Amino acid sequence: MILPLITFLPLVGALLLMLIPREEESILRGTALFFTLATFVISLGLLPDFDGANFSHVIDWTWIEALGVHFHLGVDGISLWLVLLTTFLMPIVLFSTGTSITKKVREFAIAMLVLESGMIGTFLALDLFVFYVFWEIMLIPMYFIIGIWGGDRRVYASIKFVLYTMVGSLLMLVAIIYIYVRHHDASNTWTFDYFTLSRVVLSTREQMYCFLAFGLAFAIKVPLFPFHTWLPDAHVEAPTAGSVILAAVLLKFGTYGLLRFAMPFFPRAMVEMAPYLAIASVIGIVYGSLVAFAQTDIKKMIAYSSVAHLGFVVLGLSMWNAKAIDGAVYQMLAHGISTGGLFLAIGVIYERRHTRRLEEFGGLMAVMPRYTAVFMIITLASVGLPGLSGFVGEFLVLVGTFGAYKTWPHGGPIFYAHPKILAVVAATGVILSAVYMLYLFQKMFFGPLSNPRNRGLKDLSNRELAVFAPMLLMAFWLGLYPSTFLSAIDPAVRRTIAEFQHKVMIKVPEGEKARLMPEGGGPEPVKHKEELDDKF
Amino acid sequence: MEEFPLHYIPLLPLAGAAFCLLFGKRVGKTITTAVALCSVFGSGLLVASAVRLLHESPVPLTDTFFSATWISAGDLQLSAGLTLDRLSSVLCMIVTGIGFLIHVYASGYMAHDEGYTRFFGYLNLFMGAMLILVLGDSMPVTFVGWEGVGLCSYLLIGFWYDKEANANAGRKAFVVNRIGDFGFLLAMAYLFSLTGTLKYAELPSHLQTLGQTAWWGLPAAFFFGILVLVGATGKSAQIPLYVWLPDAMAGPTPVSALIHAATMVTAGVYVCVRLHVAFEIFPLTLAIIAIIGALTALFAATIGVLQRDFKKVLAYSTVSQLGFMFVGVGSAINTPTSVTSNYQGAIFHLMTHAFFKAGLFLGAGSVMHALSGEGDITRMGGLRKHLPHTHATFLLCCLAIAGIIPLSGFWSKDAILGGAHAAMWLPKGTGGAEVFFAHHLGLILYLILLATAACTAFYMFRLYFLAFWGEFRGTDEELHHIHESPASMTGVLWVLAIGAVGVGFLGIPDVVSSGGNHFGEWLLPVVREQAAEESAREFWTLAVIALGASAAGIGLAAALYLHGFSDQVRAMAAAFPSVYKFVYNKYYIDEFYNAVIVQPLRWISLGLWKVVDSFFIDGTVRLVGGLTLVVGKVVRYAQTGDVHHYVAGMLAGAALVFGLSVQLGGCHGYKFAEAASVATPRLQRMPRREHVTPDNVPLLPAVPGNGLIR
Amino acid sequence: MIPVENFLVLAAVLFCIGGLGVVLRKNVLIILMSVELMLNAANLTLLAFARAHHDQHAHAFAFLVIAVAAAEAAVGLSIVVGIFRTRRTVQVDELTLMKH
Repeated sequence: MILPLITFLPLVGALLLMLIPREEESILRGTALFFTLATFVISLGLLPDFDGANFSHVIDWTWIEALGVHFHLGVDGISLWLVLLTTFLMPIVLFSTGTSITKKVREFAIAMLVLESGMIGTFLALDLFVFYVFWEIMLIPMYFIIGIWGGDRRVYASIKFVLYTMVGSLLMLVAIIYIYVRHHDASNTWTFDYFTLSRVVLSTREQMYCFLAFGLAFAIKVPLFPFHTWLPDAHVEAPTAGSVILAAVLLKFGTYGLLRFAMPFFPRAMVEMAPYLAIASVIGIVYGSLVAFAQTDIKKMIAYSSVAHLGFVVLGLSMWNAKAIDGAVYQMLAHGISTGGLFLAIGVIYERRHTRRLEEFGGLMAVMPRYTAVFMIITLASVGLPGLSGFVGEFLVLVGTFGAYKTWPHGGPIFYAHPKILAVVAATGVILSAVYMLYLFQKMFFGPLSNPRNRGLKDLSNRELAVFAPMLLMAFWLGLYPSTFLSAIDPAVRRTIAEFQHKVMIKVPEGEKARLMPEGGGPEPVKHKEELDDKF
Repeated sequence: MEEFPLHYIPLLPLAGAAFCLLFGKRVGKTITTAVALCSVFGSGLLVASAVRLLHESPVPLTDTFFSATWISAGDLQLSAGLTLDRLSSVLCMIVTGIGFLIHVYASGYMAHDEGYTRFFGYLNLFMGAMLILVLGDSMPVTFVGWEGVGLCSYLLIGFWYDKEANANAGRKAFVVNRIGDFGFLLAMAYLFSLTGTLKYAELPSHLQTLGQTAWWGLPAAFFFGILVLVGATGKSAQIPLYVWLPDAMAGPTPVSALIHAATMVTAGVYVCVRLHVAFEIFPLTLAIIAIIGALTALFAATIGVLQRDFKKVLAYSTVSQLGFMFVGVGSAINTPTSVTSNYQGAIFHLMTHAFFKAGLFLGAGSVMHALSGEGDITRMGGLRKHLPHTHATFLLCCLAIAGIIPLSGFWSKDAILGGAHAAMWLPKGTGGAEVFFAHHLGLILYLILLATAACTAFYMFRLYFLAFWGEFRGTDEELHHIHESPASMTGVLWVLAIGAVGVGFLGIPDVVSSGGNHFGEWLLPVVREQAAEESAREFWTLAVIALGASAAGIGLAAALYLHGFSDQVRAMAAAFPSVYKFVYNKYYIDEFYNAVIVQPLRWISLGLWKVVDSFFIDGTVRLVGGLTLVVGKVVRYAQTGDVHHYVAGMLAGAALVFGLSVQLGGCHGYKFAEAASVATPRLQRMPRREHVTPDNVPLLPAVPGNGLIR
Repeated sequence: MIPVENFLVLAAVLFCIGGLGVVLRKNVLIILMSVELMLNAANLTLLAFARAHHDQHAHAFAFLVIAVAAAEAAVGLSIVVGIFRTRRTVQVDELTLMKH
């Protein structure tokens, strides 16, 4: 029962807010904060008696019987931390908007609460219909958040964001319906159930088309190079709260979707496409870092750094081994904390100076020592300093990539995509992230305090410090004691890989009906890519 | 394996750092100093008691405090364990011992600085990170410290952040170090993919795997070694990544002494020795280390000859001495039965260098303290009268680094020179051209190092004479202000000077005094001695040659600089202006890197953003959007606004759909034409339902299934 | 018994009359009435088939259509009244706001 509770509690809050008069701003803020906090506290209830490998707290209610739609929610080790990340960040973000959002407070709070419901629902959905509904629900409030409370070019940015996302998600809908129909052809029952549909094996060509449709939706969301150009615009124009949620949670849906849906549903296609995914992600790492280095707008710089960080995640996912995928999931969390923190921090300075241009700043350390310390820690977390959140994920992805199979499958593979070479190129991201992040840090905080408008800047207030304290705590926790998180992630990832390895061995000839993998695994699983090549 | 609470060793300074950074400003300087010093002293005491245990038996000490799983993912199981064996104990003693001395010194040196508490916070943080680096029992734990010291180095170089140059130097140091970290990170990934472990203690059982051929006929150990070497060259400032260290002198002088001379920069040497078993699999990797070390040694020494900044000279000297240590690590003797290298010499030099180089840097700090921060040696001179303690200790350290018998530098430098002379990277008796090279490489490196030693003696005494002898070349007002440093600083200088004189006696080779090599014996459980057959006669021959080189360097320096810049010096500089400028500007290496790497990186970044990102990728997106708008503009004319046109269009559309479905046979196989033709016959076949009794057949038959869709 | 074709032809004729009325007439009121005519033509078709197939389902549809038609008439007429109040005309060729 805990899952529907945390999914709909924010929505209840949103409904309640509609009853409060719009003039009562402090009551509105308080109520919204209360609901997000309550959601967070309740979501902590997921942690005890949690079964890492399988789905816990599952509820399965019939929703639309005629279509075989069930309201089916569940949480495993992969989604657990993402849900907690969402519920953890929401109160922080709402609290931080106390001074920055002044127009249409009620609508803003409602949008944020609806967004939270949408995000949690998407992470928890175990029914493709429900997944799609939540996926689209979360788009709408984000559109309004960028479009109403954003910067000067907010309309352009919000429309770009929505159109980009819609293109992908509509193709995904087609693929969902396709697999739904094919399952009916094979079994004569209609269902959108995740477990059932994940046992459907399509022919390789069908898998490729469906994978491309799913993959495009997720690649845009990630965003994977070259589908990333919506991100800088959306980030720059969105208000701080929007940027934080966008970077910390929304981007994760792309990589989460790849891991949860695209990989288990279409394993053959995944194997074929993995080199291309990996190449695109490595290009994204280098390209995102380099382009970030050229930016003069602080927010844009961080936005491009997200492209690079998420590149590590996709690289890990395309490597098909537990280390790399663990690392990828971990990197999702770490990126949520570090980049979310960076956007929060930029919001602080933007509120004071109303500019994000890098050359306006310099020497801030003299007037804002607390702020400098906070910014420094988050920066270091972002560049992956060991002991802080960024390191573990990058390390695992690199180790996993370096030790991945010796060659790619014939056909797709090209020499350059040798996993070891990819790992070497990806590791240059470690250097490049230091290049642009320290450049940013130096330009903002070091050097003489030459701009007179920066002289009178106030340091972080206690209220602002309270916003950052939990973020810093999590940055250290993620870096120092990863076992807390990996102990839940690892079993779930192993389960996913084991199912994947069973399923990839089933081959369905073109033009034949889809087959259903028997419950509890299919043929003997493969451990290495070479074996797979021999068998096909 | 004996238990020892090793985790307190790094945790004490880390706790001190946390206290200084969080509460330092509130509690004031006195308490900050007390906390910072006590935490370092405490961990020093712990190290001392651990060393006493190690003295009794060489079994490494372990600590299970951190040994619960740290990272567990798939088949990767990492525990953050600490271990202290005899090798790391040497480093630990240097770090805590010299670290404590430098803390004391800094309490005097930084006394009037605004960022006093911040400084001690960073310094303690550094101590903690360095101790983690040294104590780590696996590569990832070492890497935590490795990056931690890099961070502290960055923070401390840019400690006076309001100067753009300092901040640039800090950033340069961090980024160049990151290039090294890149190598280290990949080395870990590679090692794990080969052996499935990252623990140092488990390496020896995987030598078989590491020896297997990987690519191009070379064993995996070679590639692993090169990756580690990339990391080591970054941290230990070797060619090609040495450029950050001279700039790092922008930081406060105690930092230069502690981080950029005595401890952090030797981490590369330490890690190479730590992983020695992997290097020994393929001795040519060791040859590469030795070559890099020798080239760096000579290269940096020649730059040092003409520098005018007090600390810059010392910085290049540090780079050069680290090159010596690398040669020591790489001087392998390969016999058919075993591969041994001169690790002991390298670590010995690491230790003596820590003393005399820290002494030199702190002496430089004392000089600059006296001159209100002036670091240009052309504006010094005659300081010997005003700074007696500084002068005496500086002279002792100079003699030590020049390798004058019987000071510590003599013994350690001789160990490295002798090791290089004896080195043999391929077994004796094998033939071929490359073998000839491998056999004689040792001699070549020896000669390079000999030249470097002469150079070192020359520039160190040039520095010494220019600063302490002759007439003062600054203004009268500066002269008036000169004062000897407080006792907290000179006391430390004396301790270090005594160390610089004395620690060498720990490692007197056995051929000179039997059983005199306590240092070598101490390390023996970790690394074997280089298997050189050296007689006392050979040793003294080499020693006399080395002493001659040093004496020549000192003599030349005295001749040219005893009374300030002599006329000969000016004449030479005038005679070869281009050579002079070339060397003075450090061979334009910084400019070269700037032109070849840094600027292109900026252009590429800008190009990728403006051309690829904004123009091509986003351009494509906007093109799609623009096309939609254009189409919309054209089609808009169909919207007349007149309801009649819409209705007509609708009806025409409906007719078209109907017509098409009839024409194409309808949807789902329903044939409209057939349906119409069979309608009548079906009517006649069907019974009239009205006549059926309502009991049997319902009026409205139940619809099967659950809905229309099915 | 009247064959089903007769009903169908009648319905088609009614439908065409309605359709032509909608397309050709300019008075909104008459257009609305024509729409009603078309709906009734559809009703007639439904009932004719219901009778031919002895299936009562179509009756339900017919009732539904009548209800919708009534609603439509109510809403439509009120819109017409609204338009007339603001624009002082019910001629559709003068109501081309959608073009702008």
